[in-house]
Amino acid sequence: MSEPSTALPESFEIVTRQDFSDVTYLLEFRHPMMAKAAQPGQFVIVMSHAHGERIPLTIADFDRAKGTVTLVIQAVGKTTREMQQTCKVGARLHAVVGPMGIPSHVGKAKKVLCVGGGLGVAPVFPQARAHKENGAKVIGVLGFRTKDLIFWDDKFAKVCDELIVCTDDGSAGLKGLVTLGIDKAFEKHPDIDEVVAIGPPVMMKGCVEATRPRKVKTMVSLNPVMVDGTGMCGGCRVKVGDKVLFACVDGPDFDGHLVDFDDLSHRLKRYATTEKEALEHWNESCRIRGHADLAVK
Amino acid sequence: MAKKKTIRTIPQERTPMREQDPKERARNFAEVACGYRLEDAMREAERCLMCPEEPCIKGCPVNINIPAFIKKITEKNYRGAYDTITDANLLPAICGRVCPQENQCEGRCTVGDTLEPVAIGRLERFIGDMAIAEGWENVPYVEPNRFRVGIVGSGPSGMACAADMAKAGCDVTVYEAFQEAGGVLKYGIPDFRLPNGVIDAEIAKLVKLGIKFKCNTLVGRLFTVEQMVTEMGYDAVFIGVGAGYPSFMGIPGESLNGVLSANELLTRCNLMHARDFPNYDTPIDLGRRVAVIGAGNTAMDALRVSLRMGAEEVHCIYRRSKAEAPARAEEIHHAGEEGVQFHWLTTPVALLDNGKNGVKGMRCQRMELGEPDDSGRRRPVPVPGSEYEFDCDTVVYAIGTNANPIIGQTSKLKLNKWGYIDADENLATSIQGVYAGGDIVTGAATVIQAMGAGRKAASAMKAYLGLRDSEAVYQAESTGSDGKLFGIELSERNHARLRLG
Repeated sequence: MSEPSTALPESFEIVTRQDFSDVTYLLEFRHPMMAKAAQPGQFVIVMSHAHGERIPLTIADFDRAKGTVTLVIQAVGKTTREMQQTCKVGARLHAVVGPMGIPSHVGKAKKVLCVGGGLGVAPVFPQARAHKENGAKVIGVLGFRTKDLIFWDDKFAKVCDELIVCTDDGSAGLKGLVTLGIDKAFEKHPDIDEVVAIGPPVMMKGCVEATRPRKVKTMVSLNPVMVDGTGMCGGCRVKVGDKVLFACVDGPDFDGHLVDFDDLSHRLKRYATTEKEALEHWNESCRIRGHADLAVK
Repeated sequence: MAKKKTIRTIPQERTPMREQDPKERARNFAEVACGYRLEDAMREAERCLMCPEEPCIKGCPVNINIPAFIKKITEKNYRGAYDTITDANLLPAICGRVCPQENQCEGRCTVGDTLEPVAIGRLERFIGDMAIAEGWENVPYVEPNRFRVGIVGSGPSGMACAADMAKAGCDVTVYEAFQEAGGVLKYGIPDFRLPNGVIDAEIAKLVKLGIKFKCNTLVGRLFTVEQMVTEMGYDAVFIGVGAGYPSFMGIPGESLNGVLSANELLTRCNLMHARDFPNYDTPIDLGRRVAVIGAGNTAMDALRVSLRMGAEEVHCIYRRSKAEAPARAEEIHHAGEEGVQFHWLTTPVALLDNGKNGVKGMRCQRMELGEPDDSGRRRPVPVPGSEYEFDCDTVVYAIGTNANPIIGQTSKLKLNKWGYIDADENLATSIQGVYAGGDIVTGAATVIQAMGAGRKAASAMKAYLGLRDSEAVYQAESTGSDGKLFGIELSERNHARLRLG
């Protein structure tokens, strides 16, 4: 009989911090119960401090033996930039809840193409690994803007039978977008029976348009604006086919061929003005505290 | 003893409660109703006839012995009044504020047959607030038993169930998905109706009872209900997760930015403090002209929060008339005083795009009332050719909620066709030892109804665990010299126990 109070930490200690670039960083925090429960495709909601906002982040990895969960974060707004400064090894997150969402369906697919774009490379990893463990042949396509932003290609190499890296500027791997990698993969493997694509909405849209004529099932993971992550606020509603669904409890994985990505892109800009305001306010307070050098202009 | 009171000898007018000036309060989050002063409470308590029928008790979902606590107020025994209330309800400062008393205790009050009913809710709040101010606690001696009880959800039903199970001697753990306990009381009901400090004070009393609150825990996903009763060793589990999945209408334009659910608006403003943005990080994107669809209590909260967030105009759009509005009359009155504009017999048919993925207005249609429908209310029917456009930049949906799907997705619990948990008359579910109550069983209702369900489930859970009813456990300890326990005749208690058994 396990006593839940010992397994459930009151705050969540960061045990690993790794910086992939100026803007992309990895956090691994201790939460044995969550590590045990987590499945590929699920996400967590993090609140870094008591005045913070709740932000959804897809789980990038989990280690059941170590009892840790890994997130890869891009410093784009106030909260993620602030976390970039404060989330060092030994620091504690105010709140982490999860795993949330319906786990990815790892079915009978024999040959799976796992496509990650930018930050999306991280959450596609557990899916690639799960398909591999399930006996499928896994082909990875990872896309980055430039060579310096590449991360986890080594990690993917271990779970992929083939790996294609693309960069927008051609500084590493193929020169071009992930859709070029998808075309290459299909040329060689016309029998790919499932595609998983995770990344920015525009990238996922490109991926589903690349696979639509090939009629191959393509799953995407959506990360719209949400508050609670438990189906309560409805902020994360997305258009999928003729339905309006909540990404937090009906997803976050959906059939990419049915998703309205334009709607998703518009809705992601809901708080553009206030987000900018928050960032400016924070930059200003950083300056006042004499940390102007740390604030991103 | 005192002379017999009659309807002619009691104060005829209901004692008013001081309120913040509408103009002023519409711009702040401080509490609207300031509460009774001592002299107000004394005067109002005198209005109770102490009638032998005691219809108010039957009107109370948790059966507070109302005449007994009012009598104690008249005797200036405020602590005794508190003990009487907390015997049935550990959260008087909350219930005194948010119960729809006009349909419950006050709705049945004998005085109310002739005059305005006794202001039972205000008296309850008076005692609850005094208890918080004075630091009173009603922590009985509890003989611990060997049972562990898990509660899923820290809202009103979970809290009420937890309190009863803890009083029965069980080791109780309450799980909450948010970072703070309180459920709808915290994220939903705004501070100007129920200050967060009051909720925290009441929760602190539950902690004193030995109840453990575990936040940041999404039951179903972190562990399942089945795991709770198997590997985690809970002898009984209560599920009170609410019905928070908000409804939309499915009309064009709902995915425009500027369209949100009342749940989202309220959660951002209340729990996440968006009203203090950017000192708190959570933003809210309210515009200048806010339209809230619906006329329930949640709609009133959304309307009044919008005013306080600085909206210039706040409109309530409801397809039926004022008489059918589900909100408490007091809430509608308060909202109107603060400047909310009501559009009765009006329904939106489309939300209009401002060209930048935002809202520029809504196309509305006038309605008229036709034949009564299943709910007994007259069905609104569209008036042909009555469509018109109405300017607004924010649209808030407060038209009800559906069952939260997570427990259904992650357990084998039997659900009904609407996705609510199927529970029998004792609130037992299809899994042995697992009980459920509140909105997740009945659909959206009120705080006190959820508390009533939590207590009812607790009673069944005690029977399931083979526990005598909790009162018996500390009977020996608390028996006073007057043969009363918390002001109730012990013989009466025995009767109550037999009835429950």
